[in-house]
Formats: sequence, C-alpha cells, structure tokens
Amino acid sequence: MAAYFHSVTLEKDKCMGCTNCIKRCPTEAIRVREGKAKIIDERCIDCGECIRVCHNHAKRALTDPLEIIKAYPYPVALPAPTLYSQFSHKFKVDQIIQGLLNLGFFRVWEVARGAEIATQVLVKYLENHALPKPVISAACPAVLRLIQVRYPELLEHVIPIESPMEISARLAKKELEEEGYPVEQVGVFFISPCAAKVTSVKNPLGVKKSQVDGVIAISDIYGPLLAQLASTASGSIQPRASGAGIGWAVIGGESRLLPFNQTLSVDGIANVVRVLDDIAMGKLKEVDFIEGLACMGGCVGGPLTIENSYLSKTRIQNLSKKYGMSYPEVAPEFACSEFFWTEKIEPCSVLVLDEDLALAMQKLETLDEIHKALPGLDCGSCGAPTCRALAEDIVRGLAVEIDCIFKLREKVTDLAERMVELSSKLPPSIGKPR
Amino acid sequence: MMDDNKQFKPLKLHFTVEQGDFIRAGEASSKIKKVLSQLGFPGPLIRRVAIAAYEAEMNIVIHSWGGELEAEIGPEHVKIVARDRGPGIPDIALAMEEGYSTAPDKVREMGFGAGMGLPNIQNCATEFIIESGEGKGTVLRILIAVKE
Repeated sequence: MAAYFHSVTLEKDKCMGCTNCIKRCPTEAIRVREGKAKIIDERCIDCGECIRVCHNHAKRALTDPLEIIKAYPYPVALPAPTLYSQFSHKFKVDQIIQGLLNLGFFRVWEVARGAEIATQVLVKYLENHALPKPVISAACPAVLRLIQVRYPELLEHVIPIESPMEISARLAKKELEEEGYPVEQVGVFFISPCAAKVTSVKNPLGVKKSQVDGVIAISDIYGPLLAQLASTASGSIQPRASGAGIGWAVIGGESRLLPFNQTLSVDGIANVVRVLDDIAMGKLKEVDFIEGLACMGGCVGGPLTIENSYLSKTRIQNLSKKYGMSYPEVAPEFACSEFFWTEKIEPCSVLVLDEDLALAMQKLETLDEIHKALPGLDCGSCGAPTCRALAEDIVRGLAVEIDCIFKLREKVTDLAERMVELSSKLPPSIGKPR
Repeated sequence: MMDDNKQFKPLKLHFTVEQGDFIRAGEASSKIKKVLSQLGFPGPLIRRVAIAAYEAEMNIVIHSWGGELEAEIGPEHVKIVARDRGPGIPDIALAMEEGYSTAPDKVREMGFGAGMGLPNIQNCATEFIIESGEGKGTVLRILIAVKE
C-alpha cells in the first residue's frame, strides 16, 4: 500500500480551477496548479469538505460499487445508522434491512448496534483508565486525522477504542464463523455517509488491519435500495439496534449515552478546529468529554448522503424515540480489551518546515519576511489559500513570489517604468548635452 | 539560571497584549504554538508552552493595564516573558495558591479568573520567577526545558 491513501480524489476534467475548495480546507491541503486543484496527500484528512463546496462536482470519494459484494459468497451489509434517515418515515428500519437483503446481501449487521457496544466498552475503559480532560471521542475518522495532523499533542486525550463500524465488522464475522461459515468467504461492507470511513478502512488508525472489506457510498446504494423498498413489506425482521445506537448518526448522539456531567458536542470541521485550538491552550478543563464530528449535524450531514441533513436529523430523532433508549448489555467478554486499539497513533507533523531546527528557524524568519511583503488580501489567486500559505510554499520551494498577482504587477510596473526611462535615452550623437 | 542557548541564535517573538481585549486574547499564545509546531518541537513541550503562554497572556488581559508577551525559542528551552503595566501583586505567595483570585465578578462570569492561572504556569514551567510588587507591574519569567 502507498504511504498515503485518500478517499477524496479529484476528477481533473471537471475542475475549473476556482478557489472554493482551497479556502475551505481545514488543513490547507489543496493548491490550484495549472488550472486544476491539487490535493497534498500528507495534509488531507478526508473530511470531505471540498466535496461539499465544489460546484463542479470535481471532488469525489473513492468508494466501492455495489457489485463488489458479488466477490464474496456471504456478503454482509453494515448500514451506518445514517442510512435509516435517508428514506421517508413510511419505510421502517426492518424494511430497509430487508431491502438490503433483497439487493443481494446475505446478512445485515446494524452499525447502530455496534455503537451501543462501543458505548459500553468506552464506559468500561474509562472506569479503569484515567485520560487527561477533556476526553475526546475517536468516533469521527476525519477528526481523528485532524488531531494527528494538527494537534498531535492532544492524541493522549483520545479514547483508544475501535469505531462502531470496526466493532460491527468484527462481530459480524465472528457470528458467521460460529454458525459454521468459512470466514474467508464472508465479505463485510460498510454503507457509508462519508469519505473518511473509506480511508479508515484502507489506511486504518489504531488497528493494523480493518475488518471491513469494502465501503459502499449511501449515495450509490440509495437508488437501488429505494427501488427495493416499494415492494418490501414490513414485519418479517426484528432490528437489533435501539434508538440509542441509531442516535449516533446525529451530533450529541454519543455524548448523551455517557455518564459525564459536562459534555460538549461540536459539529462542522471549522468548529471542531476552534474547540481543539482551545483544548491545546489548556482551556475547556471543566468539560469531561468532547464529541467532535466533521460534518454539520453529524454523520447525517456526510458528503455521501442524499437527503437534506436537517430532515435526516429529525428522522433520526424520531427513530430514537420510536425504538427507545434501552439496549442489551454486551456479553462480559466483549467489554474488555478486545475492542481497544492495538496500534499507537503516531503524530504526523506536516507543519514542520525542516527536520533541522536551525534550518527550520531560518526558514521561519524568511517565511515571516515574505509574508510581510505580500498584500495580505488572502485572495487565493496564487493557488494557495492565504498569503501566509503562499509564503510557506515559497520557503518550501514549492512556489515563487511572483505567483502573487500583485507582486507580478509590481514587477511589470517596474519593468515598464525602466523601459520608458530607457526609451528617453538618446545616443550622444543626437542627444542634448549631459 | 536562564542562560541563553549557546551556539544558537534563538528566535524571538514579540506581542503586545491589550487590557480587557477578550476578543484577541489567546492570539499571541496561539501564534507561539504554531511557530513551535512549524519548528518541529515535540507535542508535550508545545502543550506546556501553549498553556503557560495562554495563562500569562490572560493575566495581562484580566489583571493589568496592558503589557507584552515575548517568546524566545532555542533548541534547549523556550522562554516566555510576560511584562505588564499594572497594579502588581502585593502578596505573591497568596497569588500562587490554587483558587485564589482577584478577578472581578464580571470576568469570572465569563469563565475566567478562577485563580488557577499562576499555578497552571508553575505546573508547566521548568523554572518560573515572578517579579512584582504593589504599584510596580508584574514580570513573569517562564522557562520550559525541551528535555525534562
């Protein structure tokens, strides 16, 4: 596998080279070069913000097609709870599960149930381990990568527990294996609202290898599933998840299940950045637990969803009420280290200007000088999101000063003035006395 | 104590901090933090410097009539000097007690001035000196060693 895998990719033909995406990227991971956006691999956290803001739909998430399930004799669907919010309330959760079975899945293992198990494992973990406050949820893979890239000093605040998706995948495989199916013939597929989940499957953090075999976008399965729903009757299947697990699809869904006095739920990647900035400065100490989700509204606002996120939020809340908040206790053997991370997440410091401190200091001084000389308009015409980012690119040798159109104009004006001045010079044979 | 980093020209940053400017409060410490990240300092050190600088910055905003924050960054340690024009601290030992605060109610209502500022700095610092006296203003000298 390559050093960096990203789900978010660019379709060059569709990119118009506008600067919408560079401005909204929370890690300044995009530049416009030769009229096309370019994603800097090591900085991208796959939050999907660029997918959302691109008017030309040039950014997309690499996901697997529905046909991938045919590669396994026993394909299992892991629907994110968000999937339930994509369809009208007249379609019940059991119908959606039946619809997935009709599409060719052998089993459906609800990630909402995985979320309930994750909640219990998490409570158990915190009973026995003291983490610095505020404790930060690891549920959103984009936020986890944001911490790794921009706030490595906060990694020790993060609860080292697998995501509901991973827990569900592990248990789905275990169940089928116990029933006698050969586990290598079982394929487990997450039905995802977001791009970051694809990355967390292909290039996982905290675990060596993901238990998930493929990720199918909600937006891709939506049409075929909707077609199934019309002819699927309700009542033949009993969903396993309660309203508590389903509630994880919206912001605050995780926090409200935890035994903390002070929780803070923040949605939208820019807002998450603000909160993480505060924690890094030692603020927010009175907060016990922070749930940060990259998308507005939570996973219901994911870039691979179809439905209006506000409507989805209401539907999830209604489903939570309908299915109630009580859920079965996990068997004692689950509430142990089985779901803890096995791998340490190493900091990924993309900001460092040079490995050599003396050189880094020199570069920083040069960066400041260049930045001061730039107009400070942050117009984005140079292809970098801000003047500061351009100065940084120049210092790193990735750009030049005249990439700034104002600097270029200054140079052209200088040159023009010199040309006028030179044109007024006459040869001594015909010129005036000097 | 606090001798300069040898054979190395330390990087110096300077910021002016206004009294009562809660909108911009934290900007100086945030910039210091970003610079340390760009220079590749280890996370735990960045954390300690960010917290100490932020608390010192907030002290100037809340308790003084304005002042300045300086950071000197070298390979062995980071020094923060917070200098203010202000009423000074009449009893430094009392000010260092956790929970002791002279912050007005208005500031406390905003969630600041809980009396943890100086103890927090102390916890983050390798060496910490307060120079102050009634009517003299206050100077905080904070040294944080890269390797503890």
